[in-house]
Amino acid sequence: MSNEIDLSRRKALKASGGVGLLALLGGIGLFRPSDALAEWNKAAFSSKAMDEALTGLGATTPEANAAGIQLTVPEIAENGSVVPVTVSSSLANVEQISILVDKNPNVLAASFTLPQGTEAFVTTRVKMGQTANVVAIVKADGKFYRTSKEVKVTAGGCGG
Amino acid sequence: MANPMKIRATAKEGVTEVKILMQHEMETGLRKDADGTLIPAWFITEVKAQYQGRIVMEAQFGQSVSKNPYLLFRFKGGAAGEKVSVSWVDNKGESRTDEAMIAA
Repeated sequence: MSNEIDLSRRKALKASGGVGLLALLGGIGLFRPSDALAEWNKAAFSSKAMDEALTGLGATTPEANAAGIQLTVPEIAENGSVVPVTVSSSLANVEQISILVDKNPNVLAASFTLPQGTEAFVTTRVKMGQTANVVAIVKADGKFYRTSKEVKVTAGGCGG
Repeated sequence: MANPMKIRATAKEGVTEVKILMQHEMETGLRKDADGTLIPAWFITEVKAQYQGRIVMEAQFGQSVSKNPYLLFRFKGGAAGEKVSVSWVDNKGESRTDEAMIAA
């Protein structure tokens, strides 16, 4: 266990060193931020609570919007290890769609960045440990919106 | 070596629909094996789909995405015979890229 902690500390040190280097390169004009693809959002994906995950996504106070976001989930999931989730949105200029499960150990499941020309429509499958709310966060025109639906899980997806 | 993805891309009325089935364990890092030792987390972190050299979908996954992740999305453009390529990277740095021809 102590070994693992040590390792992650090293990784964190390494990562911060990398950021420093990038910033330095950016400073002297060798590296433009637009060249780099968004890096995996470690802070958001390691979040254990909804608020923390939303902060990690930069969406501290998303506006409730059930009309502009269509979230399709089963009412009852017999198998919590594969719960189909579809999110689509009729809002203009959707840039990002994120899917969260409020009672999972890691709240944020997936986050999709949609370039121009890609429709605001994604389907994926997530694991759910227990009956919980599936939350969809949509970023459109720089603003965050949310909607959620409860899925009743009759057999959890994390027991193995 | 990671197993290949299954990719289906179909163009219809100016929109290409892409369905991807990746083969990956997606271990949460929370499960224990028969001896009670924790199975380390092992999951896909990033997925990128490209069409004619431009990115049409960029996804980030966490541990909550199901084993053998499935992803469906749609982008404007694309015609039968053209190619879509999809790549993923996992938290161990393993990666996989596959291509599919767009069908009508």
